[in-house]
Amino acid sequence: MKNRKMRRAARSRSRETTPKNSVVSLTALGVGERGVVVELTGGRGLLSRITSLGFTPGAEVTVVQNFGRGPIIARVRDARIALGRGEANKIQVRR
Amino acid sequence: MSGHHDSPASVQTALQQSVEVRPVLVALAGQPNVGKSTVFNLLTGLSQHVGNWPGKTVERKEGTFDHNDVTYLLVDLPGTYSLTANSSEEVIAREFIIRERPDVVVALVDAAILERSLYLVAELVALHVPVVVGLNMIDVAEQEGVHIEPEVLEAALGIPVVPMIATKNVGVRELLETVDRVAKGEIVCNPKPPQIRQDHQEVLEQIEELIAGCVPAPYPQPWIALKLLEGDQEVTAMMQECLTEAQWEAVHDVLRAHDDALVAVASGRYEWIGRMIRAAVTRPKAGQIGLTERLDRWATHPFWGLLILAGILGLAFWLTYTVGTPLQDLLDTYVVDGLAELAHAWLAGAPVWLVNLVADGIIGGVGSVLTFLPILLIFFAVMAVLEDVGYMARAAYVMDGFMHLMGLHGKSFLPLFLGFGCNVPAVLGTRVIESRRARLLTILLAPLIPCTARMAVIAILAPAFFGRAAMFVSWGLVLLALLVLALSGIVINRLLFEGRRAAFIMELPLYHLPNGRTIGLLVWQRSISFVKKAGTLILVVSVVIWALSVLPGGDIETSYLARIGRLLEPAGRLMGFDWRLMVALLTSFIAKENSIATLGVLFGTGEEMGLAGTLAAAFSAPTGLAFLVVQMLFVPCIATVAVVRQESGTWRWTLFDLGFLLVVSWAAGIGIYWLATLAGL
Repeated sequence: MKNRKMRRAARSRSRETTPKNSVVSLTALGVGERGVVVELTGGRGLLSRITSLGFTPGAEVTVVQNFGRGPIIARVRDARIALGRGEANKIQVRR
Repeated sequence: MSGHHDSPASVQTALQQSVEVRPVLVALAGQPNVGKSTVFNLLTGLSQHVGNWPGKTVERKEGTFDHNDVTYLLVDLPGTYSLTANSSEEVIAREFIIRERPDVVVALVDAAILERSLYLVAELVALHVPVVVGLNMIDVAEQEGVHIEPEVLEAALGIPVVPMIATKNVGVRELLETVDRVAKGEIVCNPKPPQIRQDHQEVLEQIEELIAGCVPAPYPQPWIALKLLEGDQEVTAMMQECLTEAQWEAVHDVLRAHDDALVAVASGRYEWIGRMIRAAVTRPKAGQIGLTERLDRWATHPFWGLLILAGILGLAFWLTYTVGTPLQDLLDTYVVDGLAELAHAWLAGAPVWLVNLVADGIIGGVGSVLTFLPILLIFFAVMAVLEDVGYMARAAYVMDGFMHLMGLHGKSFLPLFLGFGCNVPAVLGTRVIESRRARLLTILLAPLIPCTARMAVIAILAPAFFGRAAMFVSWGLVLLALLVLALSGIVINRLLFEGRRAAFIMELPLYHLPNGRTIGLLVWQRSISFVKKAGTLILVVSVVIWALSVLPGGDIETSYLARIGRLLEPAGRLMGFDWRLMVALLTSFIAKENSIATLGVLFGTGEEMGLAGTLAAAFSAPTGLAFLVVQMLFVPCIATVAVVRQESGTWRWTLFDLGFLLVVSWAAGIGIYWLATLAGL
């Protein structure tokens, strides 16, 4: 319980204090927030899949769902993609 | 054989064959959820043939159609996002195009997700085959506020673009006309393939120089160079074979120095797409919230999403029990029993063994195939509707965390859950899972879900041993089965698949109204394939087990089956079973309900009340409990085994599964027996 509260607090703090142009992982974006992909990390198989789904440097991403835990949903190039948090963490965006 | 050559009929067919021209070969390509199956069904209808790609468990659909007096052979390629070897689907699609050289490739794209669905087209044009783009779902795109001018897109791409709405049969004629003209050479496709992102141009040239002259026959050299940079495993392995060690070293050094090239290649494709659509697409209303996103606020919510899923599953089961089960009973009483009576009347003068073989053996076997059908039809229809509407992906999303604990995928949940009705559609339903490993694991685990037939056996036997406590025992057995399933998932995943976890990346397609034709054809194909493939095996095994139970004397107590039961008795002794319980387990292989009938015969009474009393008197409570546990976890019925074989693609995995279940059920039975004995039950 306490843990969850702390996590929520940390999330809102990060949303308020990080400057506009900072680079964060996709999981750090709140619902409705937009970012532009700047970097992708991870193994070849994962990279191949996420790039073909539209996550390439320069692509605009909007987070549609993010409850702070569990998979997130992001919109990229008009498609809605569900990503596990591990996968979403490998996508760096500039908000 | 040679004598036949002279007969006029075969001369005529030979003549016809020589006159007949090869049909025009058309491949249908596209990413998942772009309406490929709708188009395929529209064009081929009932002429389609469903099988597997050679050596793969991926479904291969092909069909013929005529247009302007020309016959076309349409091959449906697996739906893939790209042509890089991430799974067998991509390899199948590209190998077909490179090796079979189709006359035309129809690339279907979703107009509402134009950029993303053109990604596959960007890969296709690099293979130098004539491509026609089917710009599907233009109505949905308009609704989402996206306007596309097909002529402008066509001019930019250099290949024909046909706007269409496949679900409303709009634009399909025009698509055929265009395919026809491309096949005849009246339209020449002249696309300018995408280039790698500027900063990697030099590296690509370097690779091309290094492999020049060494690329095996049908593969285009620039394409191979690109795939090497993308780190494609199949192409890398192939080139390593083709090059000398020194050559490969040189290539490998370049590749290692540029392991980020994959992103540059993909970026290059998206840059190309951006240039193609810039002039053709206008979107006046940006950022509006569509119906899909509004529905998804509920359907993918961690709490409401689960509730909605539970409601939908409840509805599916309600349908099964109110429609499927009565139909099953009707088929049983009127068709199966009717046929048996008819056989008796027909074979009135024949020897008794023949009458019994036909009436009990064959018709009994046919009956068990037939009575499966109503339930199967309903489950296939439910799965097809949920898939077609787009809900399947949401159910997978909501359940993914839980399923991952067992090394499964979110998409494994629905097939497994349907297993509570019947394991057969559960195994067949695993086709929605893309990851081969997750799919195989789901198939192997599906028989552990207690199906209605098993529950019926438990419902009859549990009161016999435990009276009023029967309900708690039944619930406990279900929980035990699910616990065993979860543990087996974890263990098999650890031991056989090294605990690898499938990455969770999945598209959530737009919701749309279900298409009756697509669903109808899917249900039809699945049912036919069940009757044809699984049906034969079920029939054969049913007849064999029936024969074992009546030979040599016509009496089950002196039959071969009883002898086998006595032979196996020592294994059952460990939990107090005698040969009759072993025989009951053996006959449950045909259908789970057979256990009850067998026990009825062996214990000399057909009535349930009488049977209950006899059983309770003959066996201790721990033995009764152990028997129920074994029943619950035992090898599945032959119908399930048949589809496990069909869907896993090998006997090896099927036999592994049977062995595994045998060991697990026996171990659990013995464990429970001793626990119950120690507890003084």
